[in-house]
Amino acid sequence: MSGWIGAAVPRKEDRRLLLGRGRFTGDLTRPGLLHAAFVRSPHAHARVGKIDGTAASQAPGVAHLFTAASLGYPCLHAMLERDEFVPTPMPVLAGDRVRFVGEPVAVVVADDAYRAEDAAELVEVDWDPQPAVASIEAASAAGAPRLHEEAGGNRLVDLLMFDDDRLPQIFAAAKATLSATFRSARVAALPLEGRACLAEWDDRDDQLVMYVSTQVPHQVRSGVAQALNMPERSIRVIAPDVGGGFGLKCVVGREEVAVAAAALRLRRPVRWTEDRQENLTAAFHGHEQRYQVTAAFDAEGRILGLDAEIDCDTGAYSAFPFTCAVEPLMAATELPGVYKVPAYRARGRAVATNKAPAAPYRGVSRPQIVMVMERLMEKAAATLRLDPLQVRRANLIGRDDFPYTGVNKITYDEGSYLESLDLAERRVAEQAWPAERDRCRQQGQRAGIGYACFSERTAYGTPAMSQRRMRMTPGYDTALVRMDPTGEVIVTTGTCGHGQGHETTFAQIVADRLGVHPDQVRLRQGDTDLASYGWGTWGSRSVVIGGGAAGRAAGILAGQLRKIAASQLEASPADIELAEGMARVRGDDTAAIAIPELARLAHFQAHRLAEDLRYALEARATFDPPGTFSNACHAAMVVIDPGTCAIRLHRYLVVEDCGVVINPVVVDGQVRGGVTQGAAAALLERVCFDAEGQPASATLMDYLAPTAAEMCAVDIVHLQTPSKFSETGAKGMGEGGTIGAPAAVLGAINDALSDTDVRFDHIPVLPHELSAALSQAGAPA
Amino acid sequence: MKDMHAISVTVNGRAHELVVEARRTLADMLRHDLGYTGTHLGCEHGICGACTVILDDQPVRACLVFGVQADGAEVRTVEGLADGEQLSDLQQAFSDHHALQCGFCTPGFLMLAEAYLAESPGTAGTEEQVRELVAANLCRCTGYQGIIEAIVATARARKKR
Repeated sequence: MSGWIGAAVPRKEDRRLLLGRGRFTGDLTRPGLLHAAFVRSPHAHARVGKIDGTAASQAPGVAHLFTAASLGYPCLHAMLERDEFVPTPMPVLAGDRVRFVGEPVAVVVADDAYRAEDAAELVEVDWDPQPAVASIEAASAAGAPRLHEEAGGNRLVDLLMFDDDRLPQIFAAAKATLSATFRSARVAALPLEGRACLAEWDDRDDQLVMYVSTQVPHQVRSGVAQALNMPERSIRVIAPDVGGGFGLKCVVGREEVAVAAAALRLRRPVRWTEDRQENLTAAFHGHEQRYQVTAAFDAEGRILGLDAEIDCDTGAYSAFPFTCAVEPLMAATELPGVYKVPAYRARGRAVATNKAPAAPYRGVSRPQIVMVMERLMEKAAATLRLDPLQVRRANLIGRDDFPYTGVNKITYDEGSYLESLDLAERRVAEQAWPAERDRCRQQGQRAGIGYACFSERTAYGTPAMSQRRMRMTPGYDTALVRMDPTGEVIVTTGTCGHGQGHETTFAQIVADRLGVHPDQVRLRQGDTDLASYGWGTWGSRSVVIGGGAAGRAAGILAGQLRKIAASQLEASPADIELAEGMARVRGDDTAAIAIPELARLAHFQAHRLAEDLRYALEARATFDPPGTFSNACHAAMVVIDPGTCAIRLHRYLVVEDCGVVINPVVVDGQVRGGVTQGAAAALLERVCFDAEGQPASATLMDYLAPTAAEMCAVDIVHLQTPSKFSETGAKGMGEGGTIGAPAAVLGAINDALSDTDVRFDHIPVLPHELSAALSQAGAPA
Repeated sequence: MKDMHAISVTVNGRAHELVVEARRTLADMLRHDLGYTGTHLGCEHGICGACTVILDDQPVRACLVFGVQADGAEVRTVEGLADGEQLSDLQQAFSDHHALQCGFCTPGFLMLAEAYLAESPGTAGTEEQVRELVAANLCRCTGYQGIIEAIVATARARKKR
């Protein structure tokens, strides 16, 4: 080991991106390139009659117009193998029916992107509008129009995940029994680069080559292959530089399949670059949920029982490959979180509505379940007249409890749940937040401090993922580590970084195992022809699973290098150490050989080596862990403008524990970016529709993403409890910021209102709602 | 039927002559007609600022300017910041302060900051001023802290020079 793990190694990715030499999908061009533009539904629900493309087909520059019929009605099938699941095949282009505004019914390809859009506007469609449902309540109402005939009540999944017949008695007998409804708005992942793809047929390789802005190249390959009935080997998916994903790009878009089909039919390269209006209306959303919860507490604030009815607004279809069950199953399974809940009942439903489909958004249901549990702790504290942090402490899983198996049958590996809360409280006191809050209040400004305690289950391998019973069960990843004749190292992985700095962190892991410098390690990712089948980058999985596989493979390769060195130095392989580019005999300063010399020998003088050391300096390994829990405590302070009720984030603290930190710069960046998204979910972001399902947030003037003006500096403290379930001791941490922030910010808002009866149990809390609630309560803003 | 215009424009010190359609945006012209793909499009309606370039010393959103409007003008894009292979001080500061993750919005922030620093060379570049500046553009990855630190550090270093 040379100690690269834990070092603040500068990112290898930065240079090309700073020079403007990144290569994003929309930057790619080809001779004879055609551009795709989609014809989309203006109605939330309609029967589709005749599609007249005559004028469009004759428009200047148009090469072709495709409809569902002309493509043969291909579909993406996202499947869960459960009786309670209603499949909703997502047509690549809608046939006789559209189910949300923005659903594509045709695609025009032309020699110029402007002309393709012009022609798309000339396509005439006979629409027969139908009644639409645009909310969980409307979709669940008796007699509501159905999106899919097979789905009564528009329920696509309805699962009683846990039950306990003691609960009625517990609720009746408890000192405090609370019921409340919690809600979170629909949000857009909003990567700055929208979706994009370029597809071209390659006769030499007998392959369709697709460049896609995706988090999951292999799943794009599988989705296109299944939809177009092709063998997987005849498709190669390459993710070049990807401008953010946040879950939006961990599912397969129908537009990607349509572009593939067009390139196949026309045998010409076709590119599609999503515009922001398409992205905000017709891509994927997520995060719209309702929790109807009852919880019982004893006099000391210990939770005795928990009952939750969970509804997730899943939009019109299941997204491939995760299905619409991803939110309700996650929510119902993980609601208890970091608290010891002795009796638990949870029912999770996915409700179809006439809105764009939901995809897993950064954090997937954890932002909501943390909000629910933290609000319950605060409500119990208020009812029982206890300190809300003491109520949390009375319920948190403690150091001596690990490994802890909860009522939800999940085993939590070791974390620092109490320690992170203690440290956060101490730091808040040291930095005099309470005094600052009091000063604000004396000056007539509402101010409040909120906390959130949570864990983040990360690096779900197949042992965890198989519980969901997806037809395509993700989890493992495979790495190949090769050393070339000059001693440089090439690592391939099925994970697919898009801003997380994997080129740097994977190199640090591998460099330590091989005793080389990270500059000598090159990561190759995002190419289905280069890497073994893998599951891409989402769910805070990559450094644990992909990095774990790379570490294992590098360990095997290091063993080979030790044997070759031992044969040259007449020592035992066990006595060889690899460090700083050298293979040395431990305890003997004179016996050493440079690692590039070993590489040269292995490749160019193979005949001089024993048979088992010859030919290949490479190793392959797979990692498929059970999953590991990182944890954190967040603290937020907000100040409310008395004139406008604008809620300003004033201070933010994260005490986080992701086990072994591979690169502190990268970890801090993930935390800060995550907190920004999570805080915005509590203060700003909301995808809006009217009752007929018409989108009302189709531009960035209506959908408010956080700018620097809405954010404050984020103070970060690290604890390190290494995971035994991880190859490097690292735990995933890509989503924690987004998970904890909504609850901490909501807690701070409610604390700012503590002199009134006004409390909020939903996100986001908008200034006009706050203003109305305060004036209704007769309280000053 | 296309309304075509012959224009000349200087990009990063290099003269170009080309014919563009009247409706073609400066961003599309730079990216697809001239090959300066470092300029990125994040919203195409003037909010995100990813396409920010410097047009005759002013930062502009290249999605809101037509290519023909750049006739006779000097444009600077992200490709013009470095001295050959040597990162500029601002680019280096972005790396040092972890001011980028996916890198898609980065060219816009760099050009916004470059115009700001050039406009007020003696500026102290306080955290508050820079936060206000940076609020012009959107970044979805970093939470802005590194971007602000990088610009403040560059302003201070240039002031000392």
